[in-house]
Amino acid sequence: MAKSQSASLERKKFFADPILVSMIVVLVVFLLLFILYPLLMLLIDSFYTEGKVTLDVFKRVLSMKRFRTAFGNTVVLGLITGICSTLIGLLFAYVEEYVKVRTKFLEKLFGVVSMLPVVSPPFVLSLSMIMLFGRSGLITRKILGIYDSNVYGLKGIAIVQIMTFFPVCYMMLKGLLKNIDPSLEEATRDMGASRWKVFTSVTLPLLLPGLGNAFLVTFIESVADFANPMLIGGDYDTLATTIYLQVTGAYDSTGAAAMSVVLLSLTLILFLIQKYYLEKKTATTLTGKASRARMPIEDRSVTVPLTVLCSLAALFVVIMYIMVPFGALFKLWGRDYSLSLKWFQYMFKTSGLKAFRDSIVLSLIAAPLTALLSMIISYLVVKRKFRLKAFIEFVSMLAMAVPGTVLGIGYIRGYANGVFRTGFMQGLYGTGLILILVFIVRSLPTGTRSGISALRQIDPSIEESAYDMGANSARVFLTVTLPLIKDSFLSGLVTAFVRSITAISAVILLVTPQYLLITCQINEQAEKGNYGVACAYATVLILITYSMVMIMNAIIRVFGTSRTIRED
Amino acid sequence: MAKEKKGVRLEHISKIYQDPKTKKEFYAVQDTTLDIEPGTFVTLLGPSGCGKTTTLRMIAGFESPDEGEIYLGGEPINALTPNKRDTAMVFQSYALLPHYNVFDNVAYGLKLRKVPKETIKEKVTAILKLVELEGMESRMTNQLSGGQQQRVALARALVLEPGVLLFDEPLSNLDAKLRVTMRTEIRKIQQAVGITAVYVTHDQSEAMSISDKIIIMSKGKVEQIGSPQEVYYHPNSRFVADFIGEANFLDAKVESVSGENADIVVAGQRLTVRNHTHIPAGKEAVLVLRPEACGLGKEGLLDCEVTLSTFMGSYQYYHALVGNKTVQITDYNPVNKTIYKAGDKVKLNFDPNGVYIL
Ligand SMILES: Nc1ncnc2c1ncn2[C@@H]1O[C@H](COP(=O)(O)OP(=O)(O)O)[C@@H](O)[C@H]1O
Ligand SMILES: [Mg+2]
Repeated sequence: MAKSQSASLERKKFFADPILVSMIVVLVVFLLLFILYPLLMLLIDSFYTEGKVTLDVFKRVLSMKRFRTAFGNTVVLGLITGICSTLIGLLFAYVEEYVKVRTKFLEKLFGVVSMLPVVSPPFVLSLSMIMLFGRSGLITRKILGIYDSNVYGLKGIAIVQIMTFFPVCYMMLKGLLKNIDPSLEEATRDMGASRWKVFTSVTLPLLLPGLGNAFLVTFIESVADFANPMLIGGDYDTLATTIYLQVTGAYDSTGAAAMSVVLLSLTLILFLIQKYYLEKKTATTLTGKASRARMPIEDRSVTVPLTVLCSLAALFVVIMYIMVPFGALFKLWGRDYSLSLKWFQYMFKTSGLKAFRDSIVLSLIAAPLTALLSMIISYLVVKRKFRLKAFIEFVSMLAMAVPGTVLGIGYIRGYANGVFRTGFMQGLYGTGLILILVFIVRSLPTGTRSGISALRQIDPSIEESAYDMGANSARVFLTVTLPLIKDSFLSGLVTAFVRSITAISAVILLVTPQYLLITCQINEQAEKGNYGVACAYATVLILITYSMVMIMNAIIRVFGTSRTIRED
Repeated sequence: MAKEKKGVRLEHISKIYQDPKTKKEFYAVQDTTLDIEPGTFVTLLGPSGCGKTTTLRMIAGFESPDEGEIYLGGEPINALTPNKRDTAMVFQSYALLPHYNVFDNVAYGLKLRKVPKETIKEKVTAILKLVELEGMESRMTNQLSGGQQQRVALARALVLEPGVLLFDEPLSNLDAKLRVTMRTEIRKIQQAVGITAVYVTHDQSEAMSISDKIIIMSKGKVEQIGSPQEVYYHPNSRFVADFIGEANFLDAKVESVSGENADIVVAGQRLTVRNHTHIPAGKEAVLVLRPEACGLGKEGLLDCEVTLSTFMGSYQYYHALVGNKTVQITDYNPVNKTIYKAGDKVKLNFDPNGVYIL
């Protein structure tokens, strides 16, 4: 049997659609140039010096004690954050799905806690942590009277990271728990198993791949996190901060490239395990929807302690976030707790306006491009058959595993002297365009993932029917696909905006004085100890992102037809 | 109404798929040659998984054949994409565009063809009238019943005046009663418009009632092509006889052959039957008995014993033992006939047209 004729016919049909072909070419060039090439440059830099392949750079880097410590630190931090976030996420998810929660208040609280990390810049908790528990912290000094409290270091980063990442685990595990058929558990309980036994013998084994998944996702996030270790790490250096300092402090960008390769390998391995092993396993052990609603646990000896525990944790997180605006409103943290607007005034008098304008403008340009690009990728991946499909899907997901710092170094090595140091496209370096590109690459995986799952729910024959009636690919995409995944497109748009405006790890390496970015300002002010100004920036930033999310929700409520369509 | 009705010709068409589990390649359609005359209603009939949809989708252009060439109106179309083919398809799930209303759904293809606005309005109105959906223009598709959605899907295809209209089990999502109404209607509209239609179904009564010609498929291959009467009265394989209508099969041995008839031995008894597939003397064969072509009586051709006798209203339903095989018999309009009961030893007789060997 030979499938040669159909293959050649498919090829002919494919090339008969010039818009589709050029769309794919543009996409492939984009992915090659802005994701693969910078990473390739890191490899070249670390293995290739003065015309020959050597391990010299690696030897040099590995001989640095600082680097070895940083590597150990990163792994330890990742493990702690990964395990704790997963467990707390599990607790929250379990309480939400299994325990009868008596108060509306708690439900609201859970909603807020899962929403906060989405709308806030990923490092504001470090600010609150320092303000609450630092040397002049509100709680440590004012309330407890401790004068030599030290939040800097592993403890501080871990706590902050756990609070930032556990909601992600909570959302992931909640989805999985929903899909466990209650009759499985009821059957075991019927046979006389205690609740704890049911949890350990039924729920937990079913959930195990999902827990592994959540753990790895958080581990990757923790390892890739730059801003929190930067702000609250003290002398606990992680790979991300070490790489940053290697470039900005030691001006050793080849060394930084080699370190980046190490960091990238770490996240890449975790990512591959997560994507190709655990994700499949989760899908096979938990398939389909639960047949009916679960009878919630009402036993007070279970509900009361669990509810109280969760409420306290959730309240703590909320208080941490509330500290941010207060940090900006108090006259002088640690000394004078009277309210004033002086930090806001100071912010706007100095670089504030420009920083907000630059950040907003760049993000507003990046967001629609990202959303459109990720919808196009999703469409191609889900609905079309062609050779480079696997490549496109893989590379756009790969970006998820690339820490921002690594990408930043890659762009420096890749574009500071033009492509392959030829000067070609050198003009890109140091411009706003390269920042926009970084924003796009950083948000592309999330957008693509949500686009793919939205598209998989649409009956393929709807698009086929349009194609059959005479529409070419571009037409089908614009008149059928896009309108049907409007919700996903809109939320992709806002997510891309929020992610861009709160991004720091990659752009901090690439930004030039010509552009001021809010996140970089926060980092700079916090480093100088100007927590009031840092908080003022963070407050306005959260207000911007929060209102964006609210506007999106309103738009989806009013115009989002796709939900009613799908229900039908 | 069709601009030009076109014929479809499949020449030695094969399609190879890979089984997603075992990774083994297999023929979903194998060496299929068909000629569909312009203006006729042709049905692809066969059990689920026999390759009907694959064949239809190759005509529409969604799949490419691995062997052979497809012609539409005499032109080879293998390399054309679906949007460039003069075909229009009615999908099993209707596949209406859910964000458009009825009018826009029907107008979609016309707009792509840059037809002037007034013409679009005229055509859409006319076609909606034809499918009895006047006044529904501004309804969203999810406000329509299944039958109405079906009509929109049909109108949307018809309005393009395609050379050939393709249907993939269009009625399978409707309830039994509506299915019968809709199939008559589809046939009526096809005849009124005079368009070529290729229709896929696994429901033999649907195929019988609607088609000029039926193509019976099994395991990727064409088993028989013929009019409903031909495939019913002259099936050329046991598969076809079994798939179309009801049939009893008795093992037989051909003794001698004379012209279209043969003398055979069944359960130790001798008789003469039709032999339209020309089985030579000395061969084993099966005797095919349609239940409605059989009757019981004092006189007859085969000895048998009644084992079950049930009154069904319009007919009396019997099981009769011939040798050691049970034969089902439906004796219509039993009111003035002798009714036999279980245990009666009688004779089986039949209408020679409904009985033959294969
Ligand atoms: N895209 C595909 N990939 C692999 N196998 C397929 C694909 N489409 C159909 N098949 C297989 O080809 C055979 C014929 O399918 P189909 O034409 O849909 O049958 P029918 O419409 O007669 O029920 C089936 O065994 C089906 O599982
Ligand atoms: Mg089918």
